[in-house]
Amino acid sequence: MSAIPKEEYLYKCTSACAGCSSSLCLRYVLKAAGPDSVLVVPACCTSVIQGIYPGTAMNVPVYNVAFAAAAACASGMSEAFAALGRETNVIVYAGDGGTVDIGIQALSGAFERGTNFLYICYDNEAYGNTGMQRSGATPLGARTTTTPGGKPTTKKDLDRIVEAHNPPYMATACSAYPLDLYKKVQKALSIEGPKFIHILAPCPPGWRYPTEKTVEMGKLAVKTGTWILYEREFGKLAISGPSKAAMKRPAPLEDYIRGQGRFKNLSPETLDLMRQQVQQNIQRLSREEAGVC
Amino acid sequence: MLTIATGNRAVADAVKAAKPGVIAAYPITPQTEIVEQIAEYVTAGDLDSRYIPVESEHSAMAACIGASVGGVRTFTATSSHGLLYMHEMVHWAAGARLPIVMANVNRALGPGWNTWAEHTDAFSQRDTGWLQVFVGTVQEAYDATLMAFKIAEDERVLLPVMVNLDGFTLSHITQSLDTVELGDFLPPFRLPHAIDTSNPLGYGPMTGPADYFRFRWDIERSMRDARGVITEVEREFAERFGRSYGPTEEYRCEDADVVVVAMGTLGKEAEVAIDRLRDEGVRAGSMRLRWFRPFPDLDLSGRDVVVIDRDYSFGFGGVVAHSLKSKTGIEPYSVIAGLGGQEVTYNDIADFVRNRHPGKEMWFGVSDHV
Repeated sequence: MSAIPKEEYLYKCTSACAGCSSSLCLRYVLKAAGPDSVLVVPACCTSVIQGIYPGTAMNVPVYNVAFAAAAACASGMSEAFAALGRETNVIVYAGDGGTVDIGIQALSGAFERGTNFLYICYDNEAYGNTGMQRSGATPLGARTTTTPGGKPTTKKDLDRIVEAHNPPYMATACSAYPLDLYKKVQKALSIEGPKFIHILAPCPPGWRYPTEKTVEMGKLAVKTGTWILYEREFGKLAISGPSKAAMKRPAPLEDYIRGQGRFKNLSPETLDLMRQQVQQNIQRLSREEAGVC
Repeated sequence: MLTIATGNRAVADAVKAAKPGVIAAYPITPQTEIVEQIAEYVTAGDLDSRYIPVESEHSAMAACIGASVGGVRTFTATSSHGLLYMHEMVHWAAGARLPIVMANVNRALGPGWNTWAEHTDAFSQRDTGWLQVFVGTVQEAYDATLMAFKIAEDERVLLPVMVNLDGFTLSHITQSLDTVELGDFLPPFRLPHAIDTSNPLGYGPMTGPADYFRFRWDIERSMRDARGVITEVEREFAERFGRSYGPTEEYRCEDADVVVVAMGTLGKEAEVAIDRLRDEGVRAGSMRLRWFRPFPDLDLSGRDVVVIDRDYSFGFGGVVAHSLKSKTGIEPYSVIAGLGGQEVTYNDIADFVRNRHPGKEMWFGVSDHV
């Protein structure tokens, strides 16, 4: 951790919920990016936690923009900086709703065009700041305020959608592994073109677990193989350290599920389906890394 | 340089002269020639701009917003459904005080699919905080586009400008065009609130009622100031390039007992009707409304007024007729004509004048006075 700069670009006293892992991630993202960076933020929790005008909790410029517009707005900004000969980092920091649902068209367009920017999706698996309605990123069985009986369909596989655009760099990360995230942001920003990082960001009020368990919840997501950390550099997959062991011998899925109110009263059938998904993902990525496709 | 061009080509040529840093656009009939021609200029190296071929109009305006606040001159062009699809970002551009210039090739809205001229698309963006100018000739499409950049970027304005030209009846017709050597007519782009990482600001964060309300008033204050800026810029343009424009274009109005008020190409068509009527001894004139936002002061007292609306606000009336009525107190004869590209000839316009019923509304060819 000693390599991580002491400079802070996200100040204390934001209006984030206690135990908010997405603001923890943002702190490390900005430390990795440094001061010559601009954040483009669509409607999401980060629109709220940065503070109320004229105050700001951020020490980099933040451009707030409409829900569906982040990737397109960043495209324009990136091209403007290129026209001016500036090398400022353009970073989208967007929630899962603004990425997998309403913002996916703009995201796809920006990646297809080869926009030079970094798109980070912090994924708390629902519309968080509006009170936990389901998004396309909500997992099977999870209760939200619009799926009170549990979500009947599976989580949209955002990473395979992004992968289909053949970006030069994409990675997954998790708030419980800040050093891994820090390094991935640094690597992403060293590469020209469209880069993507998908962070799993556990959410105490949304997932219904005690605030002090926020790091533990992220670790359990990785240890159970529910969330797999990896990088894909110019198409080549590399599983990240914490997930290597987890994929060989994943912890029981119940360890992750049990502590979350959103998964209360899961049917045995749903739990079984979730186990199958975890297994399938582990197998698919293991085979790909081993070169067996 | 004297040449011939379509309305769309004239817009593209004006953009080439204005040299935006970023152009983001999505194609839609009948705007396509603008974005195709600009792409040709950029590809050939005749225009040093970054061209972003976005995947939608919503993204076109979002990209212009990002580019403008990034610190460069920006342009886009659209029409009809494209304009409506970007509606959210049209509001955003004005609220963010970004001097984006957009050409809108006026076209009807579906269903059913109809690609011909109508003004409903632009009027649906009436309350967004954009300045809106409507042009009537190919030359004016060129001149107004050039002036739009200067007006938008003036620090007393800092609001986006929409240049409206009628689909097909202007976008695709050919007239003479005199292009100019711009010189220093357009100063280098300077946005006071452009992104500067050495001065990290929060743009558009959560904003309480008191500040939000003040920002809305700032837009209105700039919209009021824009009238004077428009006059200044149009005067400078006339001095430099010899063509003068105003908030309206009046034709044989001085002694007129009856004045036809129309916009776009129908406003030019009305001039021919006026000549016909004058030959018959009718003291008629025409007033082509050029600027719709900010809405100009109109002096029409003591005359009969015939307003031709190529638009309609359902459950209310013709948008121009009612705007004019609320600004002047005059009860015009409200003619709804040309919707979906309906052909309206100068003979038809002369008939509107001959058969006028002030205070009444008539849907040309569809419904008598209502």
